[in-house]
Amino acid sequence: MSEAREFKYIGQSTIRPDGFDKVTGRANYGADLALPGMIWGKILRSPHAHANIKSLDTRRAEALPGVLAVATHSDFPSVSDQAIESGEGSLTLLDLARNVLAKDKVLYHGHAIVAVAAKTAAIAEQALALIDIEYEVLKPVLDVREAMAAGAPLLHADMFTQGLPEKPTTASNVATRLEFKMGDIEAGFSAAEVVVEREFYTPTAHQGYIEPHACTVRFEKDGQSMIWCSTQGHFDVRASTAKLLGMELGKLKVIASEIGGGFGGKTTVYLEPVALILSRKSGRPVKMIMNRDEVFKATGPGSATRSWVKIGAKKDGSITAMQGRLAYEAGAFKGSPVMMGCMTAFTPYAVANMYVEGFDVVVNKAKVAAYRAPGAPQAEFAVEMLINELAVKLGRDPIDLRLQNAAKEGTQTIYGPKLKRVGLVECLEAARDSKHYQQALAENQGRGVAAGFWFNVGGQSSVHINMNPDGTGTIVEGSPDIGGSRASMQMMAAERPCIAPSLLKPIIGDTENVAFSAGTGGSRTTFATGMAVIEAAEDVVAQMKQRAASLWNVTAEQVDWADGVAINLAGEERLSLAEICASADRTGGQISGRGNINARGAGPSFAVHLCDVDVDKDTGKVDVVRYTAIQDAGKAIHPKYVEGQYQGGAVQGIGWALNEEYIYSKEGLLENAGFLDYRVPVASDLPMIDTIIVEVPNNFHPYGVRGVGESGIIPPLAAVGYAVEDAIGVPVTDLPLSPPRVFGLIQGSR
Amino acid sequence: MAKIHITTSINGEATEFLCEPHETLLDVLRNDLQMTGTKEGCGSGDCGACSVTVDGRLTCACLVLGVEAAGREIGTIEGIGSSDKLSIIQEKFLEHAALQCGICTPGLVVSAQALIEQNPNPTEAEARYFLAGNLCRCTGYDKIIRAVLDAAATMRGAA
Amino acid sequence: MARVTFSSEQQRYTNEVACEVSAADYRELIDHITQRYPALSRADLLQMAIAIDGEIIHQPLLERIEPNSEIHFFHFVAGG
Repeated sequence: MSEAREFKYIGQSTIRPDGFDKVTGRANYGADLALPGMIWGKILRSPHAHANIKSLDTRRAEALPGVLAVATHSDFPSVSDQAIESGEGSLTLLDLARNVLAKDKVLYHGHAIVAVAAKTAAIAEQALALIDIEYEVLKPVLDVREAMAAGAPLLHADMFTQGLPEKPTTASNVATRLEFKMGDIEAGFSAAEVVVEREFYTPTAHQGYIEPHACTVRFEKDGQSMIWCSTQGHFDVRASTAKLLGMELGKLKVIASEIGGGFGGKTTVYLEPVALILSRKSGRPVKMIMNRDEVFKATGPGSATRSWVKIGAKKDGSITAMQGRLAYEAGAFKGSPVMMGCMTAFTPYAVANMYVEGFDVVVNKAKVAAYRAPGAPQAEFAVEMLINELAVKLGRDPIDLRLQNAAKEGTQTIYGPKLKRVGLVECLEAARDSKHYQQALAENQGRGVAAGFWFNVGGQSSVHINMNPDGTGTIVEGSPDIGGSRASMQMMAAERPCIAPSLLKPIIGDTENVAFSAGTGGSRTTFATGMAVIEAAEDVVAQMKQRAASLWNVTAEQVDWADGVAINLAGEERLSLAEICASADRTGGQISGRGNINARGAGPSFAVHLCDVDVDKDTGKVDVVRYTAIQDAGKAIHPKYVEGQYQGGAVQGIGWALNEEYIYSKEGLLENAGFLDYRVPVASDLPMIDTIIVEVPNNFHPYGVRGVGESGIIPPLAAVGYAVEDAIGVPVTDLPLSPPRVFGLIQGSR
Repeated sequence: MAKIHITTSINGEATEFLCEPHETLLDVLRNDLQMTGTKEGCGSGDCGACSVTVDGRLTCACLVLGVEAAGREIGTIEGIGSSDKLSIIQEKFLEHAALQCGICTPGLVVSAQALIEQNPNPTEAEARYFLAGNLCRCTGYDKIIRAVLDAAATMRGAA
Repeated sequence: MARVTFSSEQQRYTNEVACEVSAADYRELIDHITQRYPALSRADLLQMAIAIDGEIIHQPLLERIEPNSEIHFFHFVAGG
């Protein structure tokens, strides 16, 4: 369907249509909306990691002058245990309600308990201090090993592990056990001549978006309510909030503001339902903004994990067996992405015998949320470290070993289907042939290679393209623009009609003026919303041809469309798009095209990264001196934004590998809830991040597109991790490789 | 406590406002003056999203009290470029795709302008260290640094 | 006959890795499967994603099944 072909507009790095607003500060993000009569909401949060709430009295807070409303869990109508699609898989409504406002029990440091709305933010804060609350402090569990041990304190008395052969009779902190298998793992290891195995640890890490969660809401007595919020999916916000508050979808309008980063962390709700309750009770619009401390403590970071992986191969390099056991922290409520870790970890390899066991474990930490390819970075870290160890043991080049075992079209995956056409081999070859790979390393330097796989998703997207009498138009779509996708929508809309992209203005509709669209995440936007845009553009062209046909008194089949012009095949006449629009009022009304789809056939994106580091043996400090991110985009609609996704994912992964971790006290209190001590990469930490865009088209998309947003965060953990191992000559098992840890490894080996 | 009356100058325009003593300059700009171009990312001076200039000095607005603006010249993102023409730095950010979500962009534009004013010919390392106080989570900084170095070169050429 | 392969989870209920089904579309396919394997409910199956000949489809219902289709059940994958 889409081999390498010539495009007129696709493939250029155009200036994004929302660019002017973004560089001037005019763009409006979640905290930027003020409404007349607006009041401010603040939340009282648990000072304990695990405690029963023995008593709660809000009367003194309510009596403070300026306080207009107070909300607790009892303000939710009784919610039943139904699954809700909130962007990260199934999360029971009960769990969501209890996470948004605690019921009876607090389960992590920072867990929301009571919300207060007052005339100023300062008064609301004062009111929090007047809330009388008595806790019975319980022992927290802070690690999967602790949580899974016999006799561990239990977070939920009604949690019985799902997925065990026998239904258990005692409650547990293990929510689910999963198993994926293929072939015969014992036979696979029997056939192996070399075996590598290791245990690994990755820490809790936050998506680190610079914009805290924020919303401004208004609940109206006639039931017409509005939420303005920073979110990756406003239809999901509507669904979750409506379910939590027992509202009809049609009575709740959600407007997606511009969003200052999400990476999966803004695919669920925290403030919005609470703000709406406060607005209902006070009769005023309510604004709620999280501060940075709250973002770290009480939103949804990515899971900490403990994994064990074992790989067996023949001396000739063919891998015969891959096995893993992955235990992921879900935080306070079930639902870590351990399943996706199990499904992706071994998928870069064509190996007949695989077995993975996964555990979803609750601990007294914030409930995890999706973080860019959720579950995959942690699992792939373990696998790629071992593939590199295997290469050393076999005396093989690490790229060459991967090429020998690489997944390709037709490779059977552990999770079921065979892969269709994919670009891992092309990425590996690009890595092998890159300038980076030819560079020699200096003393104290090391190099790591790593691969990664992500499925990418399709799903529902709706678009209309509304044409104006002067031949300009508006593309109304429903995917909040996190990374510049509007520019790609413009090009995809312009390609078939063959008019300048700048004539078509893309806007993100709200839940009332655009049809249903699934959230921006899963690397779906350029793929699925793009497909809907293309379909809407085809619809516009079809209608243009129809109008031209009626003006010329011929049939639509006798009209062709090329270069922005309708051509009468039965005669000489031509009509430009602008001319057809100018007379549209007389030929049936202004033209509007639509595409409403549930996109199928999302193509996976494989990535391969190369990392060179320099280690200061006296301090343990690691510097990344050279980095190349190679990834299959299928077809890069906007090459600079595709590069940007590769670079952004790489740097988040570098941060996760080198310095990012949640640090807890023994009592389970989060000690580094700020950017000073939760150390994300800054500009002076990094070199330029080189990128290579590989294009192996996805035949299920008209232009060959594969999503690219997520795969780029998967390889860096092992690319960096193994580079350090290579530099210091000591096996690496735990992240992050902060200076004290690296220094300890070096000292320990002397 | 009664609000305090402050007279100041913002982007060259005489301005007055009332604020509580505890309010930061960031609170004043965003909530009292509806100048939401300056963003709050952390409230503790660690992310640079609220970068402004106070008497020409690059500062985090969250670390300055509103009352400290009295008698001073405040420079914000709203004062960069004019209503019909972007500054060279702003143009280069767009050309190089040096923004994805854009939340850090106003702070970076203000900081980059301060950098180039102080050091019209920065090396890559100088640019990276000067801008280390502006966090970006989306881009990995690569295209930002390219945009800033290109802007500096263009401004040297144009000068 | 279309060949249907169950996910690892489902296999614990079906005690079989795969089966052959004759069905014109996905809706019919589910009917056949729930009849043959009572431990799998319609609601469970509608939660799954499927791949038909390698093409991944979330929320299927009316998809046509060809006589030689290869169908795989697996769990819906979300992203971030």
